[in-house]
Amino acid sequence: MITLKIDGREVQVPEETPILKAAEKAGIWIPTLCHSELFEPYGVCRLCVVEAVRGKRSRVVTSCNYPVREGITVLTNSPKIQWIRKTIVEMLFSRWPNVKVVQDLAREIGVEKPRFVSLERDEAADACILCGKCVNVCREVVQANVLAFAYRGIKREVVLPFGVQSEACIVCGACATVCPTGHVKMVLEDYRGKKPEFTLGPKTAIYVPTLQAVPRVPVIDTESCIHFQTGGCETCAKVCEPSAVNYEMQDQTVEIDVGQILVSTGFDIFDATAMAQYGYGRLDNVYTSLEFEAILNSTGPTGGKVVMKNGREPRAVGIIHCIGSRDTNHHPYCSRVCCMYALKFAHLVRDRTNAAIYQFYIDMRAFGKGYEEFYNRLLDEGITMIRGKAAEVVESVWGHDHEPSLKIRCEDTLISKFREIPVDMVILCNAIEPRKDSDAVRRLFSISKSPDGFFLERHPKLDPTSTSTDGVFIAGCAQGPKDIPDTVAQASSAAARILSVLAKGEVEIEPVRAMVQEEYCSGCKICNALCPYSAIEFLEEKKVSYVQEALCKGCGTCVAACPSSAMTGHGFTDEQILAELDGLLAQ
Amino acid sequence: MAFEPKIIGFLCNWCSYTGADLAGVSRIKSAPNVRVIRTMCSGRVDPSFILKAFKLGADGVIVMGCHLGDCHYQEGNYKTIRRIPFLKRLVEGFGIDPRRLRLEWVSASEGDRFAKVVNEMTEEIRALGPLKLSVHQESEHMAVHAEGY
Repeated sequence: MITLKIDGREVQVPEETPILKAAEKAGIWIPTLCHSELFEPYGVCRLCVVEAVRGKRSRVVTSCNYPVREGITVLTNSPKIQWIRKTIVEMLFSRWPNVKVVQDLAREIGVEKPRFVSLERDEAADACILCGKCVNVCREVVQANVLAFAYRGIKREVVLPFGVQSEACIVCGACATVCPTGHVKMVLEDYRGKKPEFTLGPKTAIYVPTLQAVPRVPVIDTESCIHFQTGGCETCAKVCEPSAVNYEMQDQTVEIDVGQILVSTGFDIFDATAMAQYGYGRLDNVYTSLEFEAILNSTGPTGGKVVMKNGREPRAVGIIHCIGSRDTNHHPYCSRVCCMYALKFAHLVRDRTNAAIYQFYIDMRAFGKGYEEFYNRLLDEGITMIRGKAAEVVESVWGHDHEPSLKIRCEDTLISKFREIPVDMVILCNAIEPRKDSDAVRRLFSISKSPDGFFLERHPKLDPTSTSTDGVFIAGCAQGPKDIPDTVAQASSAAARILSVLAKGEVEIEPVRAMVQEEYCSGCKICNALCPYSAIEFLEEKKVSYVQEALCKGCGTCVAACPSSAMTGHGFTDEQILAELDGLLAQ
Repeated sequence: MAFEPKIIGFLCNWCSYTGADLAGVSRIKSAPNVRVIRTMCSGRVDPSFILKAFKLGADGVIVMGCHLGDCHYQEGNYKTIRRIPFLKRLVEGFGIDPRRLRLEWVSASEGDRFAKVVNEMTEEIRALGPLKLSVHQESEHMAVHAEGY
């Protein structure tokens, strides 16, 4: 460890620490333009100059790459340093008068007007100030080596090799992220299949899946992570103090023994591109309800502001109900939650903007506790309710200056009129539908589905949480569309059912099962191989088969196959079924 | 009186029986000719039940189970799918049109399919006419004979 004094403050740092870092530790600010924690000190901007004093001797050094020495005293703001720094800033300012970082720096240093006139004056607000951050991050962090400096002196500029888009570029955007002026921009239009998207998901390659995630641990998206493409970066590992970032971790299958299972695999939302008339995916500012939910989120892409793609507030918002639900072409059922969240959207849009709000509904279904009251409150807030499913959303122009907008065409069935409503934003209330992989999940647990495709409960009224398979329960939208209160009620009920079995410590099983009548059993072992539960074993000493009653589920496959009728299926014996036949076919 | 086919339906408890129940609660109309016997699995349907049904005067037999891969007992319906074609050949040897024996997959959610299958089967058997086997004629003959005494 080395002890030194910076501006009179004593600070202790490890050997070879640059002065800049030591000053940071002492809480002293030193201006820089080219320095970043991400890569090795570059030392080109010269703004971080300080005076290193040893005895009577003093040197002006760049603090970003000058290591601390025992017994030196550092002055970061001496008259000499102030003079040097001011000159540097004046030169920067004369060349890039409109760049914000330079302006801020000038204000900080106290430069109002540069004394010089630059030969290469660049008036742009997003001009390249040649700090080299993009070049360094691409070389050292991303390790793609796409960007480089070319020419010298006032001709110096950042270029792509030969001026063409490089195949080595992995379109990671690190250069645009570090650029202090915004000169490096991500222009992804159709570049190698990567199009700019209005993403509602994570913006970084390492992220916490949701704010409510349990456990709340970040995950790495290996497809967009730079490390997994070039082997470089590892920024997250460098900044993680407990060294918790592990790039070697692999997906693994974990086997856990459980006695009861609650299947609550949720839902998917209807793909609105299947209803091309509403323009989803084709027209700007047509959103699904989940996307709009993200827009409303204060940690979302717009910070909770209701704005259009061009950043402006919409003049009118149309909310179209029943997209894909209550529709014989798609899903005949009602998705239940849409009416209420559509009202919530209207309420929030009213709260955050001055936009006119139109709801296009088939029927309003405010069925829950306090829901009808909320509906009435919304009516008083001046929402326009139009009874009639919108026919289509088309591009249009609106206003004196013919700004592009959208137009919703519909029939207002309450006044029997065809109407065209100009709006800037359309929100589609997509149907809740079974998950795409629900059939695979269903087969895994051998449970059935109802005609709508959701998992089937044992009884719609008397047993709405259990399934046809013992020990497998269902809850939430996996069983059918439902709102949060209903989901909580169903899941709590399922949890209670599960706990009651676990607490008891023993399970009750159906009396329907197979049994071997040993005196008839010839020991042929046909049944042994047939049993899907391996419940039949062969007793070598007696030379007969034997059914483990606890394992047998009573399907009767073995009973039907037994050539000597030694296997009996309790509840469904041959005699019982033949008696049924006799009765049914009696004259 | 018009011929009303008597059809015995063996329905598995988990899919087809529930499907038939769904057809009922959904008020889907279907022919009343299928008389249902519930078994836990279509794999429980002993071939002898089917032969016995024909012997006792059934004009047709339909076995319904879960779709392949959906069996509550994992693979019971695979046992059935192997038995029925074999049985069809067997009953043909007895002079029974193999169309009188049918295997259909009806899931718990397919109430409409249950009704469709039942209606189709009923119409097919109606077209085929009553099943006449020597065992039936013997018993009729016996009955007439008995009356004579």
